[in-house]
Amino acid sequence: MTASSPTTPLLAIRGLRAAYGKIEALKGVDLEVGAGEIVALIGANGAGKSTLMMTVFGRPRARAGKIEYDGQDITGVPTHEIARLRIAQSPEGRRIFPRMSVAENLQMGADATDSSEADRASGLERIFNLFPRLKERMTQRGGTLSGGEQQMLAIGRALMSRPRLLMLDEPSLGLAPLIARQIFDAIRTLNRQDGLTVLIVEQNANHALKLAHRGYVMVNGLITLSGTGSELLQRPEIRAAYLEGGRRG
Amino acid sequence: MDYFAQQLINGLVLGSIYGLIAIGYTMVYGIVGMINFAHGDIFMIGGFIALITFLILVSFGLTAIPLILLIVLLVSMAITALYGWTVERIAYRPLRHSFRLAPMLSAIGMSFVLTNYSQVAQGARVKPVPPIITGGYTLHEGAGGFVVQLSNIQIIVVITTVVLLALFTWLVSSTRLGRDMRACEQDQTMASLLGVDVDRTISMTFVIGAALAAVAGMMYLLYYGLVDFFMGFVAGIKAFTAAVLGGIGSLPGAMLGGLLIGLIETLWSAYFSVEYKDVAAFSILIVVLIFLPTGLLGRPEVEKV
Repeated sequence: MTASSPTTPLLAIRGLRAAYGKIEALKGVDLEVGAGEIVALIGANGAGKSTLMMTVFGRPRARAGKIEYDGQDITGVPTHEIARLRIAQSPEGRRIFPRMSVAENLQMGADATDSSEADRASGLERIFNLFPRLKERMTQRGGTLSGGEQQMLAIGRALMSRPRLLMLDEPSLGLAPLIARQIFDAIRTLNRQDGLTVLIVEQNANHALKLAHRGYVMVNGLITLSGTGSELLQRPEIRAAYLEGGRRG
Repeated sequence: MDYFAQQLINGLVLGSIYGLIAIGYTMVYGIVGMINFAHGDIFMIGGFIALITFLILVSFGLTAIPLILLIVLLVSMAITALYGWTVERIAYRPLRHSFRLAPMLSAIGMSFVLTNYSQVAQGARVKPVPPIITGGYTLHEGAGGFVVQLSNIQIIVVITTVVLLALFTWLVSSTRLGRDMRACEQDQTMASLLGVDVDRTISMTFVIGAALAAVAGMMYLLYYGLVDFFMGFVAGIKAFTAAVLGGIGSLPGAMLGGLLIGLIETLWSAYFSVEYKDVAAFSILIVVLIFLPTGLLGRPEVEKV
C-alpha cells in the first residue's frame, strides 16, 4: 500500500479488535472507505456494526489493529479530538440533546470544529435545504421532536461540523417509509453535490446497498463479504439472509 | 406585621447564602450524578480565605472598604475555585468509572479532610471579625416601637447574589462553556463525539461551583462576623437540602430551595423556637418530597427517546 497514491482511502481499518469487558465485539475487522464513496455496512443485530462506528471514535478503545484516517493513525486519539479531524457521527439512537433547542443542538455540531460564523450560516442553509422541517423547529426542544425530525437533527448536527467523513448509524430505524426515503435522498444529494464521504450502517440492506457504491457484510464481529452495492444485492446468501427472509424487505 | 417584615428580610438574606451554595450541589449532581459532600467545606474554606485576605490587606494599611471587599471577593473566589478543582482532580476523577457509590464515599472523606485540615491549620476557635460594613436604613417604625431595619450588609448580600446569579445564568444559557456543560449533563458520550472535552468541562463545573461557594463564604463572614472550621457541615447540609427541595439538577430550583430554606428557618425561629429550626426545615423537605419526589422545579424523567 503506497501512502502517497491518490487512491489512499479516507478511512482504513485494519485487523480491528474491540471488546466490552470480556465480550469481544470486533474480532479483526478490515474495512476501507475511499474519498467520495458511500459505503454501507450491513449485518444482523448484534453483529458489531455500531461498535465498529464507535471504536473509530475510541469508545470503546481498540484492543488491537489500526484505524487510519487520511493517512494518519488515529487509533489512540482521545474521543473529543476525533471530531476536530472532521469526522462526524450520527450515532445509534440519534442521541440528540433532548433539553436543548434544535438551534443549540446544531450549534453543538458547529462547535465541534470551531466553525466560523460564515461557516455556520452556510451550514445552516445547507441543512434547511435538505430538511426544511428543521427550520420550523429551531426554537423547539430536541426531546419534543418526532422520531423522523430527531433523525434529521442528528444528521444536521453532524453536518454542522463540516465533516469530510460522515458516519451514519441506522438513519432509517423506526421511521415511516416516506421519511426514510427522504433521509436516503438527502444522503445521496450530499454525496453527489458535495462529494461527501459516507459510511452508513443499516439493517435495511436493500435501501442501503442501492444507495452505496460498495458494501460490507458483518457477521459476529467479522466482515464476511464485500463488494459493490449491486454485486451484493445479487448474492443469493445476502438475499436469503437480509432481503427476502427478513420482514423489512 | 413589622416583625414579620423584618423576619422576611432576614430570611431572604440567609436564603441567598444557602442558594449560592446549593447551586454547587445541583450543578455537580446534574453533570456527574454524585452528591459532592465536600461542597459545604469548600464554602467554609471560602470564608477562611476571605478572612485571611481581609486581614492581610488591612495589615498592609489598606483602608478603602469597597476596594478591600472587591479584592477579598476576587481572591477568595480564585483560591477556593482552585480547591474545588483540586478536590475533583484527586478525589473524584480517578473514581469516575468505578461503582456509583465510590465517588460519594470519597466525597465524605474529602469533607473530613478539609474540616480537619482547617482545624489544624487555623485552630479550633471561632474566628470573629469586627463588623466591617455597618449602618443601614430604617424602613418603618411601628407604633409599638418596633423598627424594621435593612442593614447595608443585607443589601450587599442580596445584590451580590442577584448579580452573580444573572452572570451565572448567562454563562450556562449563552456561552459555549455553558452549552458544553449542559451537553455533558444530558449525554456525555455524545458530547465527546462532538469534540467536547468532558474531563475539562467537569473540572470547570467544580471550579464555578466552588467560586460561588466562596462568595457565600465571604457573605457569611461579613453577615455573621465569624468563621470556624466546622461551619461547612451544617451550612452544607442545609444547602444540599435546598438543592433537593428545589429539585436536584435544576439551577433555578437550587436558588428557590435556598430562599425557602432560609425563610422557613428564620420564620420558625422567630415565631416558634430557635432550637427546632433545623427540624422545621427538614420536615418541610420531607413533606415536599413525599408529594413532589423530584422537588419543586425538578423534571420528571419523561423524555422521548
